[in-house]
Amino acid sequence: MEATGNILFSGVGGQGILLASEVTVYSLLAAGYDAKKSEVHGMAQRGGSVTAQLRYGKKVYSPLIEPGGADLMIAFEMMEAVRYLPYLHKGSKVVVNTQQILPPSVATGLAEYPKDVLNHLTERNIVVVPIDAFDLAREVGEVRTANVVMVGALSVFLPVDEGNFEEIIRNRVPKKFIDVNLEAFAAGRNASK
Amino acid sequence: MTKISENVLWMSGNEAIAMGAYEAGVAVASGYPGTPSTEIMENLSRYEGVYTEWAPNEKVGLEVVIGASFAGVRALATMKHVGVNVAADPLFTAAYTGVCGGLVLITADDPEMHSSQNEQDNRNYAFAAKVPMLEPSDPSEAKEMLKAGFDLSEELDTPVMLRITTRVSHVKGVVTKGERKAPQVVESMIKRPEKFVMLPGIARKRRGIVEERMTRCRELAETISFNRIEEGDTKKGFITSGVSYLYVKEAFPEAAVLKLGMCWPLPEKKIRQFAEMVDELYIVEELDPFLETHIKAMGIDCHGKDLIPNQGELNTAIVRQAIDPSSKVDLFAPVALPNRPPNMCAGCPHRGIFFNLSRMKVFVSGDIGCYTLGFLPPLSAMDSCVCMGGSISIAHGMAKALGDGGHDKIVSVIGDSTFIHSGVTGLINTVYNQSASTLIILDNRITAMTGQQQNATSGYSMKGEAAHSIDIEGLCRAVGVEHVYKVNPHDVVETRKILQEAVDLDVPSVVIAEAPCVLLPEMKERKTVSYFTNQENCVGCKSCIRLGCPALSWTTFAEGEAEERGYRKKQKGISKIDEILCNDCGQCASLCKFDAITRGEGK
Repeated sequence: MEATGNILFSGVGGQGILLASEVTVYSLLAAGYDAKKSEVHGMAQRGGSVTAQLRYGKKVYSPLIEPGGADLMIAFEMMEAVRYLPYLHKGSKVVVNTQQILPPSVATGLAEYPKDVLNHLTERNIVVVPIDAFDLAREVGEVRTANVVMVGALSVFLPVDEGNFEEIIRNRVPKKFIDVNLEAFAAGRNASK
Repeated sequence: MTKISENVLWMSGNEAIAMGAYEAGVAVASGYPGTPSTEIMENLSRYEGVYTEWAPNEKVGLEVVIGASFAGVRALATMKHVGVNVAADPLFTAAYTGVCGGLVLITADDPEMHSSQNEQDNRNYAFAAKVPMLEPSDPSEAKEMLKAGFDLSEELDTPVMLRITTRVSHVKGVVTKGERKAPQVVESMIKRPEKFVMLPGIARKRRGIVEERMTRCRELAETISFNRIEEGDTKKGFITSGVSYLYVKEAFPEAAVLKLGMCWPLPEKKIRQFAEMVDELYIVEELDPFLETHIKAMGIDCHGKDLIPNQGELNTAIVRQAIDPSSKVDLFAPVALPNRPPNMCAGCPHRGIFFNLSRMKVFVSGDIGCYTLGFLPPLSAMDSCVCMGGSISIAHGMAKALGDGGHDKIVSVIGDSTFIHSGVTGLINTVYNQSASTLIILDNRITAMTGQQQNATSGYSMKGEAAHSIDIEGLCRAVGVEHVYKVNPHDVVETRKILQEAVDLDVPSVVIAEAPCVLLPEMKERKTVSYFTNQENCVGCKSCIRLGCPALSWTTFAEGEAEERGYRKKQKGISKIDEILCNDCGQCASLCKFDAITRGEGK
């Protein structure tokens, strides 16, 4: 219970970041932690770069992570794993979905998607855990569970029992999708170990 | 909202406020959507036994709530910070009339302008309108303060303001459920002219009562539990309120703190007592030096905006480093990456209009909504944007300044909800005072930017029940516009012809672009047929790419690739449609002259 942590979620509007951050927070609350989570709604959500900030511990005051203070980051798109570099520190762990979503300037041929973009992280002694979430989700038979794959990959780094997450999935997912979601969670967790 | 245990829930500040309103026995609530306030009303509308509505604008919303309060029930108005500017007229006089049923006005401020055109500090309204203001730090406190706000309103016979910010509204935290007070039931109006009729003679009497009430409120501020001294190290002492309190607690956990949950009027005795306790006094607040100015006026020496920024949001690091510069840590510098700004959705009807405007020689007077994104490249077709509903009157002013030669140079653009909010008065002015600018009304059947709220043109009430839908064309004709056109904005080429015809007129004209928002539930549920690229026909002209649609992308050829693949030697690349993202609007197909885009059974 002494552990406190700051988790930054990043990605592109519409990727389901808020949902993944909710599942994560439920597991921490169930484990007895206090938590606060900050989101931004409105204009920023229209296909732009989005983040959610989750803080947990014995007692949490501020809902915002300090720059340099994110211990753990879960990025749903590769470039979005690098965009928030000032929030990370040496030894931060970044679980990243190795998907590329082209921003408008790249899609219209005005700029290029940066090559080997994750090197910006590894060069700075940040631990990168690449996850091909879509591929893993496809393997378990439901591409829409990519979110849950990512939560599984993240779960390895949280002070929460595996069973805690599984219980949340059992309680919150429609019955016929429980098994596939549990498999997706396990696949993400294994890929991250 | 998620249950943690029987009475303990995980929820956002806005959800907590909705629950607080229900528990406080609110009977009538009205507001206008605006980030970060919107979800309060949306959540409140899901509770049984509370009347909720979207008003056409914030002034109307507050007036509705004043009426309900006069009738004797508890009433709540919600709006974003700039909405209070619209509602300021009734607010300042409601401070004179006072209330019957408790009345709380929620102002949701947006420091940092995450989704706003300015970051005004609405604590100044409490001072200027002479009403008490409460300022919570987190979701749990927001709920408690709202309930206390209703009690205070009734006790002191005054409207009360609750000021929240983005980091209260859209922060989630742990909240405890409470008991519900049953709403008052009233059957008839009681005439109380000495309170309700603000003729000068009566208003002068009420003016004195306002001062008496604020004096009583100042005394109450000394003992109210929301204003509390937290003992600690007295070398540095902090006076703070709202979210800033949270940053102080994290940056200086050992320090003595005076937390002001009621940020107006201020408890002078308590502030003096605290100032005497500590060696050095720091005022930590976001945006304006509101507390600082009033505390300095008490003759108390303190630090404030000499150290703490007066722009943007604060956070723990900003507060810590402002007060203790030696605590600064080295951060990784950001890496230059292609930007990822927000963009209109694939299939958004606004895109076709802005594509056309970007190719016409006109100045585009814009307004507030998703379509403000028409400013961004590659469309870059919005040249001014000031406030909600302002586009039409601003265009009229420009047309008057340009004189007779200006009739074909100015176009204003507004959404359906925004037109009803306050754009229609601008159109009345355009007709009455005769300027010839063209107005484009982007009628997508919903208030889209804030997340799909119903409005007076959409045909449904807040609760989704059928409601009268204003005939926008009929309204424009009724105010005196003779030339009203309707276009399908997805047909880019046809729309262009009609826009040009309207712009060329030397009398007022309106073009209504009718196509539903692609995020409407019925649009999301419909089975779409995607367009696809016949790449063998693509000549690389980029006509479709210039729409800036997220479903379209450009692939540049490597050297020699064009010839190898059978294209013209000079062709630079080809375009491609992502059939998963395509939303079946056909704007790109209407632009393609080479039969390279076809609608087909894609998904």
